[in-house]
Amino acid sequence: MEQKLSNSEKRTAYILTLPAVCLVFAIILFPIFANIWISFKEVQLKDIRIPEPRAKEIVKTIPDEQNKIKIVYKLRNSSLLQEIRNVKFEDKFPDNFKPLNLDERCNFKKNKVKCDFKNWPAKYRENFEIIFEIKDSAKIDKKDLKSSKPRLSGDSDNILLNTNFTLKNFKKVIFENEFVDLLLTTFYYTFFGTVGSILFGILTAQMVNQKFYGRTFMRSVLLFPYVAPVVALAYTWELLLDPNSGTLNSLLVNFQILDTPINLLGQKYLDINILGFSFKLRLALTTVIIFEIWRYFPLAFLFILARLQAIPKDLYEAADVDGASPFQKFFKITLPQITAVISILFMIRFIWNFNKFEDVFLLTGGASGTRTLPINVYQQGFAISDIGMGSAVSIVIVLLLLLFMFFYFKLLGKRVDEN
Amino acid sequence: MKIKNILIYSIISSFFLLSLISIWKILVTLQGLKLENFNTQIIFILGFLFSFLNMFIRERLNFIVRFLFFALIFVYVDGFLINKLPIWYNIGIVFILYFFVSKTKKYNSKFLNNEHSTQLILFDFLTLFGIVLFSFVILFPFYMMLVTSFKTQIALLVNPLDFSIDFNQDLKNLFKSYFVIFTSYNFGKYILTSTIVSLGTVFITLIFAIPAAYAIARLNFFGKTFMSTSILIIYMFPAIVLVIPLYTVFSQLGLRNSISGLLIVYTATTLPVAIYMLQGYFKSIPKELEEAAILDKLSWFGIIIKIILPLSIPAISSVALYVFMIAWNEFLFSLMFLDNPNSFTLSRAIQYLSGDAETPRQYLMAGSVIVTLPVLFIFVYFEKYLVSGLTAGSVKG
Repeated sequence: MEQKLSNSEKRTAYILTLPAVCLVFAIILFPIFANIWISFKEVQLKDIRIPEPRAKEIVKTIPDEQNKIKIVYKLRNSSLLQEIRNVKFEDKFPDNFKPLNLDERCNFKKNKVKCDFKNWPAKYRENFEIIFEIKDSAKIDKKDLKSSKPRLSGDSDNILLNTNFTLKNFKKVIFENEFVDLLLTTFYYTFFGTVGSILFGILTAQMVNQKFYGRTFMRSVLLFPYVAPVVALAYTWELLLDPNSGTLNSLLVNFQILDTPINLLGQKYLDINILGFSFKLRLALTTVIIFEIWRYFPLAFLFILARLQAIPKDLYEAADVDGASPFQKFFKITLPQITAVISILFMIRFIWNFNKFEDVFLLTGGASGTRTLPINVYQQGFAISDIGMGSAVSIVIVLLLLLFMFFYFKLLGKRVDEN
Repeated sequence: MKIKNILIYSIISSFFLLSLISIWKILVTLQGLKLENFNTQIIFILGFLFSFLNMFIRERLNFIVRFLFFALIFVYVDGFLINKLPIWYNIGIVFILYFFVSKTKKYNSKFLNNEHSTQLILFDFLTLFGIVLFSFVILFPFYMMLVTSFKTQIALLVNPLDFSIDFNQDLKNLFKSYFVIFTSYNFGKYILTSTIVSLGTVFITLIFAIPAAYAIARLNFFGKTFMSTSILIIYMFPAIVLVIPLYTVFSQLGLRNSISGLLIVYTATTLPVAIYMLQGYFKSIPKELEEAAILDKLSWFGIIIKIILPLSIPAISSVALYVFMIAWNEFLFSLMFLDNPNSFTLSRAIQYLSGDAETPRQYLMAGSVIVTLPVLFIFVYFEKYLVSGLTAGSVKG
């Protein structure tokens, strides 16, 4: 009896989870393998369209002959690269139509013209004409004729399915793509964005953890940047930072902090002189990182606040009795209590920032030194139209992330052992 | 009383006052008032003097008198003598001073004799300063978005610092940008598409997620632990890696530029979160209820419909709100999959609008307001449910 029950339980469980598992498999796991497959192929954006036979129908009347009508089909192979085999053609006409000069490749049965065009090479074009005789020529509705569209079909190779593999993409990614610069930019963006958002998260959580009037309101306000749509925020910031009529620049100039406006999103380097040390700050990258911190510190804030509120109050009371200062309380009690949350946050934010595409794309489009790996995936795949390269870059992203996670867990495991 | 502590206190508090007044000055400048410098030194010196004197006169004079005395001096020096500013500016200053003086109430000589008084003061003022600064930094872009959408192209170019809204013009003029984006840029259609896609995603995700979450929470089967850990790993998985294969497959299947294509992708990407949140909740429902149902020969399907669903309305609605927000805000996939303006979602439409350099910014901002409002509304209105879910790590981004 029990055996039977557990068997039926298993069966139900599989039935209940199957739809979700299938969908996730198809949309998330399958693409990962597909990515590996594509990254070893030379595929351009234009190759992924399967070659199609196409026809454009033009209806022409013949002067002086009212009862005849000429229909021209502009036939072509949509692909510039591949041939289409066994092209079949079919079109339907009204009952009173009869073809006069039917091509030998075609036949006419039951008001339908059916043709067999055999193979079309790449770039194939042909003007295919049929002249019809109409039994009662009273009314020919051109629109009506055009509305019955010809149907074409044919076989072609799918470039994605053949087995020609090459290492070219990876070679190009590493040797011709300013790879070191790309890695460094991505690393700066990810690392400083992560650290910054966690720091501000700690600050704000510590702040909101105190009692003051309007605290719940403050808590929801702090989460606004995180929940609002990125498109709206990015364009607002772009407007705010605009060098010509942006508010920030106007303010800075107005209060005489700056002499001339600076293009915070469009200038790659800014020379900075502090105490005789001069260095080049990557300005646009810094701005993008600040936006990233602004947008994502709420997540850190929320996690840390939840943890802070769970710290037992008597810990602080005991510290008060011992005469600990606020700083001592923070460093000796609060910080050790939140390290676990911080290490999880660091991992989550590092992974997500590493893959962040929208923010940089909307703010700078990857220009002026803000080209990160995800931006590069887009540029390679869609701007340069090299799908294979784009895939190779995304494989590099996955590998780097796996590497990061491996070392991170190793480090974390070590620290846990030590404690 | 330690003179050192008094000095440190005076410096910290005058820095705080300085930052409050500077933020007020920025806000005032944005209302079109001509102000060209912060007068930092004078404000700092005044604040310092007051904090310092306050220590000695606080026992003799009561709060109101001290506040009025200080406010009058301050307004006279800063508002009239140096800047010659209108009365409403000075009223604001008086309010700031009231806030400041009332905040300094608790720092009497006894407090300053405390061992850690400087650190306490620093902590207190940093908190106050943080609250003011963060509210300003976070709310300002939203405020700017809203105000810009009510302005005209010329007004924006002439004085980018003028953030006042002219309420005297008739409503049609005020909401002109909104009229334009609805009439000439077809935003009604985009809102409809976005709504259909988001609600559709919510609906399909729930249909897929509820049974799966129930199975993971309650039933024993081979691969259960594997499934519940892989949910989290999949959730971490980068969307940018999925883009190219999905693009190629969707192009070949003709799913690009279609709502169904977006629905499939959004559902798949939100499913792990939804399952994760729901199974956590389902586990908290007492098992006895179901055992009674099993004795009554109710099928698993019946259990879910009749027992689990009614009990988990709050969890399901918060998952629904999340999924809605994720789908509504989503940009990457809509950028990749949609290139025909007929099937644009709101986010994609705004991005498309900005691609044309000629598009006036107030239209862009009006669009941004439209796409932001529903999300912020949902968030503020249902905040209680959502915050607990957020900590469960549910909104990816």
